[in-house]
Amino acid sequence: MHDSHEHNEDNGIKAKVLKETGVNIAKCYQCGKCSAGCPVNTEMDFPPSVVMRLLQTEDPKLEEKLLKSFAIWMCVTCEMCYGRCPMEIDIPKIMDYLRERSLKENKVNPKAKNIVKFHKAFLDSVNYTGRLSELGLTIDYKMRSLDLFQDVALAPKMIARGKLHFIPEFIKDTEKLKSIFSKTINKK
Amino acid sequence: MKIGLYPGCSLKGGSREYKESVVAMAKAFDIQLEEIPDWNCCGATAAHNLSHELSLSLPARNLSLAEQAGFEILVVPCAACYSRLTIVQHELNEDKNLKKKVSDIIEMPYNGTVKILNVIQFLQQFIIDKLPEKIVKPFDYKVACYYGCLLVRPHGILKFDRPEDPQTMDAAMKVIGAEAIDWAFKVECCGAGLSMSRTDVVGKLSGRIVKDAYDRGAEAIIVACPMCHSNLDMRRPEINKAIGENIEIPVIYITQAIGMAVGIDEEELGLQRHFVPVNLPKKELKTQMEEK
Repeated sequence: MHDSHEHNEDNGIKAKVLKETGVNIAKCYQCGKCSAGCPVNTEMDFPPSVVMRLLQTEDPKLEEKLLKSFAIWMCVTCEMCYGRCPMEIDIPKIMDYLRERSLKENKVNPKAKNIVKFHKAFLDSVNYTGRLSELGLTIDYKMRSLDLFQDVALAPKMIARGKLHFIPEFIKDTEKLKSIFSKTINKK
Repeated sequence: MKIGLYPGCSLKGGSREYKESVVAMAKAFDIQLEEIPDWNCCGATAAHNLSHELSLSLPARNLSLAEQAGFEILVVPCAACYSRLTIVQHELNEDKNLKKKVSDIIEMPYNGTVKILNVIQFLQQFIIDKLPEKIVKPFDYKVACYYGCLLVRPHGILKFDRPEDPQTMDAAMKVIGAEAIDWAFKVECCGAGLSMSRTDVVGKLSGRIVKDAYDRGAEAIIVACPMCHSNLDMRRPEINKAIGENIEIPVIYITQAIGMAVGIDEEELGLQRHFVPVNLPKKELKTQMEEK
């Protein structure tokens, strides 16, 4: 290891990821199997093996780059990279860690805004009723993304198939759900 | 033995035919599935993408409710819910401090003792042995069994089937008379949670899956996940646009295929709810065509 990096041993990204996720970044030897199997590799600015390499450098500038990357939001957590990694590195867990930080630190890539809006609309629906209301999610997402016309033609077809419910289903203990949300994602 | 059911939100909404067919099939084998009282959403992709603690707590409440209800076994037909519940059970069993922390967040006792089964494990454990004698209408079609991601990965935690080229669905389909083809996209991703936010990507990824199944002669794609189903079925216009073809093979839940074979009414199995119509060639007609 280079001298210039030694001061990072305890508070560098490698140590942070190990502490938060239990995953050891140093185990990656850049075989590239994760990137080869990744179904969305062509959509990403950094495919998974490059994400691993950038983390290994412990360079704060590159860490910043990853937190602002599109790749972490494009990742569909299909677990293919983890499944094929010869060192069994849980890359999706690292992606979750990077996403959570990216959101907290307000570093979400502009191209990923709609993906994040979708996740937020999803969780708001769950927070409110305890279960996902697909209609509620769709309307909420459209209001946030202003992508108003996409899928409009689907609604009547879904209704014809009995697949669209107009009244959301509330669980009995919605207070419990609100309490869980306020102690986790909505923690001040 | 009381067997619990965690349907999850999809099976209550857009994928209601999956739950209808699971319940109808179980009933045909005299098995009563009991829903977890007051269950909540597992948080799905959204929760674990945005908050690790939330992604642990939402499934933990369900598992705790299942324990309280006295279920030894919990059937979770949705592959995504199955993945979340199993991963959470694994993470909490591995780490006592985390278990205590999550138990404090949900303010409920949590032991982690419920046995979680996906729909294929449920079939293997309770149905497959009794299946041959119940068949009234063999499902005599060439099928591509599509497992997707979350039924088989991550293997170290789920410990189910093989992570590449799995065989359990193929084996079950053979029991009801189908020919399960070898194909390349059994465990590839359909695009999953990007269905609404990046429909173009779903068209591309699901397109490769549908095209490979069709090109290798499959007459139907068999699935065990509501997200795989809605992407391959409801997103067919986007798929056909992405691949520049017009492929019309239906996507059928494994529980629907088994239900058809044991003579359950097609409407009870929810076949009419699909976007791509389930127009399988009539058997007599098929034999005639083959003779020609």
